[in-house]
Amino acid sequence: MKISREEVARVARLARLELSEDKLELFAGQVGDILAYIDKLNELDTAGVVPMYGPHATSTLQRPDEVRKEHTREQVLSNAPESDGAFFVVPRIVSAGS
Amino acid sequence: MSELHEKSLSEVRGLLASRAVSAEETVRACLARIEATEPKVRALLHVAGESALAEAKALDAAGPDQDKPLWGVPLVIKDALTTKGLPTTAGSRILENFVPFYDATAVARLKQAGAVVLAKANLDEFAMGSSTENSAYFPTRNPWDLERVPGGSSGGSAATVAAGQTYGALGTDTGGSIRLPASFCGIVGLKPTYGRVSRYGLIAYGSSLDQIGPMTRTVEDAARLLQVMAGHDQRDSTCADLPVPDYLAALERTDLKGLTIGLPEEYWGAGVDAEVAESCKAAVTLAESLGARTVPVSLKLSEYAVAVYYVIATAEASSNLARFDGVRYGHRDKSAAELIDMFTRSRTQGFGDEVQRRIILGTYVLSAGYYDAYYRKAAQVRALLRKDFDAAFEKCDVIAGPVCPTTAFRVGQMSSDPLQMYLMDIFTISTNLAGLPGLSLPCGLGRDSGMPVGLQLMAPAFAEDRLLGLARVLERALPPLPRPAGLA
Repeated sequence: MKISREEVARVARLARLELSEDKLELFAGQVGDILAYIDKLNELDTAGVVPMYGPHATSTLQRPDEVRKEHTREQVLSNAPESDGAFFVVPRIVSAGS
Repeated sequence: MSELHEKSLSEVRGLLASRAVSAEETVRACLARIEATEPKVRALLHVAGESALAEAKALDAAGPDQDKPLWGVPLVIKDALTTKGLPTTAGSRILENFVPFYDATAVARLKQAGAVVLAKANLDEFAMGSSTENSAYFPTRNPWDLERVPGGSSGGSAATVAAGQTYGALGTDTGGSIRLPASFCGIVGLKPTYGRVSRYGLIAYGSSLDQIGPMTRTVEDAARLLQVMAGHDQRDSTCADLPVPDYLAALERTDLKGLTIGLPEEYWGAGVDAEVAESCKAAVTLAESLGARTVPVSLKLSEYAVAVYYVIATAEASSNLARFDGVRYGHRDKSAAELIDMFTRSRTQGFGDEVQRRIILGTYVLSAGYYDAYYRKAAQVRALLRKDFDAAFEKCDVIAGPVCPTTAFRVGQMSSDPLQMYLMDIFTISTNLAGLPGLSLPCGLGRDSGMPVGLQLMAPAFAEDRLLGLARVLERALPPLPRPAGLA
């Protein structure tokens, strides 16, 4: 299956990536080749097969939902690109035009 | 007489426990070896010399402890696993300055057992690659031939062990990332069953595929590391709550009588280099001479495994890597005035090409209109692949084949063709999809390339003891590999 540059650009926007013209061109070719290879799955009849989303035979393990405080606020903020000591700080969320 | 840095983990552990050597001497021997070989091999992203020496001195002051089975043993950790207070980059610029405040469970258990974290190993960015050329920092070289790749994505872990810089390393394996570099570098690599080792603190790539496992110079060494790491962890709900067998007891078998080895025709036919087939066949013949019976089995969907993998792994990666947004940790573009632009610029600047390519592919196969055609279809074929394994294991105890169709390729040889690189994992990917354990055992040097060849042994879920027992018997019978030629 081929994929167009426009389609790669659309998917990149969904994934919050901004690709240069050169990279759009490169990725359209490479991702198209990979998708063409993946198309070989259509050789197989999978009607009625229950999909396997993970290797677990048993259900997810559970534990009591108890509050535990393992880390301090200082630790949690220690890698933040910007913080005010209490919160993560980010640029403005609502666009000025909207 | 071998030098201290050349001992196996099991040997040095004995020397440490009897105080024939100190923990400090052992760490110093590794640091000296790193200094001598690292300019050529480039296996490590961060050497924690100071903290390792401090920990070793503290251990020496306290004295050996019978309850700590790895007392004083220096180990290297793949940089996809968090280490408290030590930089953890996942081989990516986006985590260049990230210093975690907690240890991954696997790392914490090794430390509790007395091990000393010596360094963090290089990898393909976010474990995406088969050569370690996708590291955002530098490529690692193969100690057997510095012009060749060590394999990937745990290439730094494989190279540091093969170069004698450490006694063992942790790797992670999503589609072959422990077994392929182990094979290329002539060491033992074990990908455990999905759910055998906790993944808390592993920077996630493909969550239904990722596993952490040992990479060592001997089978016994791998058994000792797995013994310490395996078992349930409340912090990882996918980590099985099942008893952990005595893996060292499994090494006591002296022959292979009563063991049936399945040989899938799909792994032994066309497409495998002659030198690889030859070495692997010789190892199987040796197993037969030690009492094993071999039977043909069929894994007829093997040729679809790579296609299934590149749908499922990239889909999961695109979700997992959404967390890198410049808010809580990692690189942030400071020029953006608004949040969405900050996300987009930070991610675009921070992720390398292969990671971006896989995010694009994964986002595409999950996007509206394509989900059923790709993701659901792949998950259905995955179910059929698992059935193939179940049927094969009704006829045999263990399945054997090559780890990879070739020995280590040259640096740069595959970097322009992603699909060609993906096909390197054709024999390793199926066990990740099925959730089964696989072990790479060095079985000789290729007749043409002179590079190590790995025999892959696969078993039913949670039968790591069976793999280790078989591998130990073969290891004892095979001629030992010489020292890696690239560092001679």
